Parts: sequence; structure tokens; C-alpha cells
Amino acid sequence: MADARTPAPTAEKMNGADILVQSLIRHGVEVVFAYPGGASMPIHQSLTRVADKVRTILPRHEQGGGFMAHGYARTTGKAGVCFSTSGPGATNFVTCIADAKMDSVPMIAITGQVSTAVLGNDAFQETPMVEICRGITKHHYLVTRTEDITRVMAEAFHIAETGRPGPVLIDMPKDVQVKSIVPNWDVPLNLPGYKPTRRPKRAELEPILQAIRASKKPVIYAGGGVTHSGGADALTKFAISTGIPVALTLHGIGNFPADHYLCLQMLGMHGTVYSNYAVNDADLLLAFGVRFDDRVTGKLSEFAKHGKIVHIDIDQSEIHKNKLAHIPVHGDLRLALEDLNAMMKEPAYVDLTSGGRYTDWLRQVDEWREQEPMKFTDVGGGRMNQQFVIKRLHEILKERGQLDKTILSTGVGQHQMFAAQYFPFTKPRKWVTSGGLGTMGFGLPAAMGAQVAHPDNLCIDIDGDGSFLMNIQELACCYTEKIPAKVLLLNNQHLGMVVQWEDRFFASNRGHTYLGAGSDNDPYPDFVTIAKGFGVGAKTISEKKDLDAALIEMIESPGAFVLDVHVPHQEHVLPMIPSGATVKDIIKA
Amino acid sequence: MRHVLSALVQNQPGVLAHISGMLASRGFNIDSLAVGETEQHDMSRMTFVINAADNVCDQVRKQLDKIVTVVRVDDISAENFVERDLMLLKVSCSGAKRAEIFQLVESFRGRVVDIQHENVMIEVSGTEGKVEAFVDLMRPYGIIELARTGRIALTRGAVKPRDDE
Repeated sequence: MADARTPAPTAEKMNGADILVQSLIRHGVEVVFAYPGGASMPIHQSLTRVADKVRTILPRHEQGGGFMAHGYARTTGKAGVCFSTSGPGATNFVTCIADAKMDSVPMIAITGQVSTAVLGNDAFQETPMVEICRGITKHHYLVTRTEDITRVMAEAFHIAETGRPGPVLIDMPKDVQVKSIVPNWDVPLNLPGYKPTRRPKRAELEPILQAIRASKKPVIYAGGGVTHSGGADALTKFAISTGIPVALTLHGIGNFPADHYLCLQMLGMHGTVYSNYAVNDADLLLAFGVRFDDRVTGKLSEFAKHGKIVHIDIDQSEIHKNKLAHIPVHGDLRLALEDLNAMMKEPAYVDLTSGGRYTDWLRQVDEWREQEPMKFTDVGGGRMNQQFVIKRLHEILKERGQLDKTILSTGVGQHQMFAAQYFPFTKPRKWVTSGGLGTMGFGLPAAMGAQVAHPDNLCIDIDGDGSFLMNIQELACCYTEKIPAKVLLLNNQHLGMVVQWEDRFFASNRGHTYLGAGSDNDPYPDFVTIAKGFGVGAKTISEKKDLDAALIEMIESPGAFVLDVHVPHQEHVLPMIPSGATVKDIIKA
Repeated sequence: MRHVLSALVQNQPGVLAHISGMLASRGFNIDSLAVGETEQHDMSRMTFVINAADNVCDQVRKQLDKIVTVVRVDDISAENFVERDLMLLKVSCSGAKRAEIFQLVESFRGRVVDIQHENVMIEVSGTEGKVEAFVDLMRPYGIIELARTGRIALTRGAVKPRDDE
């Protein structure tokens, strides 16, 4: 981050828009995702004057821009910045902001607003953005004085990126953008109530080590907090030195290497059978950077009920929220894990890392893993199912040595869960998905934002035909901005996850979950023609024999590419613990 | 159990809306909420009274604390504190009833703040229980209108340091 306190080169007057844009530069922003309109024109005029320092990417819908900011933020850990105008432009950000709140994504959404003189008078394109967004932001500002911009910007970056990250909304009336003043860059933050981080005290950590010593069947349950705290290495060291197996949440994926013996892969509704069995049977659950979400726990009263729960989280309000923790620790997870790792080198605790402590437990876990591995049946008839496509993508990238420079994003639904299940990750910030909010249409713009942040990576959106259509307009942005993101479209002509629930719980009665144009017609819409219209490369395949060549064509395509793969809609994501049920109700086939 | 939370918040537009919105959207029921400026013009104190299980109250406190403009929150229920509620009450009161009503006001250490031909306005302050007892006593005479501030509270003695660090 650039030093926000560097004095201005000259004490010249600047307008509010220029002050705002200079603030971005001072905070190290290199790219913004911005769609203009009447109430944000001064900002866009200002952005044209700093084009050599800040890249401005023009999405084709504000929601696309917002999710590009997600892709940028989720893969870098730095705040993603997006702009819109007032009214409809601003409300198009609402889903992106809610998503960032649920998944703790550092994001700064700056919306134009009508001038302060008419604010509250139902002016053209006026919506009360701060009112709308109070409950879905980490913090929010309605800037009423140009003099406040430098402080608000400094506070916004600080709030978005520290502690539990989250979205900050800055609503900027047009007259505030236009007024000229001499900016004060040396203004202090006014955040007396903001205490973002904390290092747990030794006395708070000691009970954890004692609980580990007393445990015979411990399991780690690790989530997105590991990513946000930068704690993947510390977690890996902790798990390997103690020999405790690790179950990961959807956002925890990548924080412990999937190819390690101790990795139980994902837990929860569509997690592995053995991770859920292990958590259910554990006598000690080490919950690190997680929030006991219902998609993980199922029925709360039955979740991990046989064991003690240790819960470490930076957000105090997560502790005891859904599940009472026996050993609650409020603080930064990376610092806590590093301190625990250091304490285990001391003579008093060295026994915890001496190995062989959990032989019986790991043998039991192995038994479950052998009895209930992740599996799927090939669909046959020369066709292919979703799991096979994702597995082949991983194998091909591995053979090509490209895994370390591959980032995946997804839409929401079956394809998302299949990707989480069949594409093993070994590093954090390589897997970008809308978990808490579950926003369809997330995948393409998120892959684009990741691509902009990591030009040397292969960024692939694994998408479904329902999700892809929700932000398909961003193919135009891929083309014009030369963003070579790829779309691997698992096209089953249905809203697959809803179909799965219809099959399981509604006697297969289709409640508007079919997206095609009739079974006697070709798959609809024609995604190749759509992609061609946007100037983007595309290919459709239906047969298994064509998959490898098509995947390689997509991977090697210099520009954006849509690979439309026709897959059956009868496929179910398994295993599955039905909503609100327990591990006993797990559906395996 | 009855909990009294005392919060120091930044005196800015929208803070009350933010807090009340959070409480409503998370389904927390608040019995009483009072806000007023403190000795520092940029700070307000909010006092919440909640009748809820301890774990619910713990969540309310933490969710309040998470709001950026909330500087600190203390659950003072277990501490030695003074609690007051100020009420203005207008009651029907013909000349014949004045002496009787005035005597009740006297017993509650209240004050008569306005006298009309057919009614009087009374000011009473005290704990929730005392104020409610007075309301009950006035009902037979015919309460015309009533306004209360909600409960405010302060702990006795020195201010405790924050529990975090």
C-alpha cells in the first residue's frame, strides 16, 4: 500500500473526483471496474487523466463490474474497487455487496449519487444506497463534503482489508465530486470503535494444546478465515506436525493440500462421506476461521456433538453464534496458529508433535475413506458427465504443469459442487466461488477479475448454462479489454441443482427448471453463435472422445474462449446430506 | 433474564438506523432503547434493555460491537449501576381530584409540570418498576397521553477498562 501520508506535490486545488482518484493511487490501486452514468461522470473524466496509473475496465453491467472486483480481491487479498452511477447503476451493485459481506471479501463499491441539494427529493436516478446497504456492508459512507474524501478513502481501505474483510460502500453525490478544494492528505482516521485485529494471549491458547493432548480423535475444520488471515502455511504446519486430519469448507479449499494424506477434502452437505463421518465421530473439533454455516453443519444440535469444540475466529460475533464453543479464542488465526506451532516446540508440549498419537483414529478414517471414496459412474454411450469433464481438466492441466498457475471460478449449482469435489487444490486463492450468498452469474466476471490481477494465470470459469446466461454480456468486456478468461460450460439445459432437489424431494416434478427449447430441438441457446457475436472463440462438444482436444484448444486459446460441453441433466451431486439433516441421513447414491 | 447494555457510539447520522436495522434483521427484540449525546459532542450513549437468554444477549452485544461506529459496548447487568426512566404523563383531573392526584405525585417524588382545567401533566422518573407502578395508579383517573424516554443507565464509580486488551 502506498503511503497515504505523503504530502501532495503541490497545494493546488483539485475537484472531488480528482481527489478520489488520487486517493486510489495513493492506496496502490492499479485497476478499477467502472460503468459510468450521469452521477459519476466527473469520476470517469478524472480516471481518463490517470490512465497510465490506473486501468479502468468497462464491464457491460454493473453487476459484472462488481464481481470482477470480487475476482480481483479474492485472488489477491487486496480490496477490489468498482464504480457505478446512482440509482439503477448503484442498485445493480447490491448483490455484489451482499455477496462480499457473506464471503468476507475486501471490496470498495463507489456509487455516484444525486447532488446534496436534491438528496432526499426523489430526484432522477436517486436511490438511498446507504439505507439499502446498511445490513450488507461492513461499513458505508454518504460523503457530503469534498473535504471528507481523503479521510473516507483512507478509512474505507483500512476497514475493507483488515480484521474480517468486507465490503465498504461509498456514496458520492455529484456536487461533492465537482467542488474544488485544496485536499488535506494528512488527515487522521476517525475510527475510535474499530478494533480489527487481536493476537490471542498465551493463556487463551494453552487450553487448546491441553485439549489436543487429551484427545484421541481430533479433526480440524478449516474455512475461509485461513485464507483471509494468510494462515495456510501455519495451518499446514500445525496439521502435519500434530498429525490431525483436516476437513475443509467450500472456502477453506486450497488452504491444506488436497493431495496430502491428512486431507479429508470438503465437509458438509456435498462433502466427502469420510470427512463428515470423522467430524461426527471426533472427540475434539478444531474449528479454524469458520462460521458453522448450515451447509456445513446440517442439523446444528447433532453436529459434532460427541466432542469438545475449539473455535478460533477474528470476528467475535461468530463465536457461540451457531454452536457453543468449549474453548473460544477471539483473534487472528494466522497469529494463533503460529503461536501454537511455536509453543509445541517447547519441552512442555513437544509430546504433541512426536508422532503416532492418533494411529487408531487415522486407521478408522482410512477405513471410511476406503469404504466411501468419492465416486461417479461414467454415463456411457459415448457421452460424458460433469464429474468426468472436471477430472479430465485437472489431469490435463497437471500433465501440462499448469496447475500452479490456474485459477478457477464457478457459477452456482451442481457444476460448482462438482468442481469443488473433483478439482483438488493445493494452494489458497486459486478457487473463487460464491459460497455464502450463492450468486448465479458469478463465474465469468469473477474469472475476468482474477485474470486482470494475474495476467500470467489460466483463469477458467467452470459454469452452468443457467449461471452463465446471467452475466454472459461480459464476453463483450473480455473481447474489448483483451481479458483471456475461459468458460468451461457444463451445459445440461436445466437448473441442475434445483432439478436434483425436485428429483429427491418433489417426485421429479419440474418447477420451471428446464432452460432449453424442447427436447426435439438442439440445445438452446446456441452458445457458440452468441460467443462468436461477441468476437470470442467457442466450440461445442457432446461426445467424450472430443473432450481432451477441446479442453486443450480452450487452454491454448490466446483470447477468451467458451467451451460448451453437453452433459446429462440426470446427474446428481453426491454424497448429499439433505438440508437440516444429519450425517446419518447422508445420501450416497 | 433482563440485561442492560450500555453502548458508546459515534454521534453521526445513520448510526441509530444502522443499529436498529441490525437488531430487527437479526430478530432481536429490544424492550427499551434510549439515545442521547454525552459530555463529548461527537459521542452518544445508547442504553438497551433486553429480556432474553444469556446467549442471545451475548450475540446482541457482539453484533453491536461489530458495527464500526460503535466504540464500546458493556453488559452492565451484573454491575452496580443506576437506572432511570423519565416519563411525562397527562391524566384527567377535575378540580375535585387534584388533591388526591397531587398527593400520589408527591409520594413518587414526581412533579406536576402543567395544570389545565380538566387535566394535569406529571413528570416522574425512576426505575422501570417505579414508573410502571405510577402508571398503574393513574389508570383509574384516565390517562390521556404518555411519553417515556426509555431506560438510561450508568455504572457507579470508575469506568472499567475495555475487556479487550
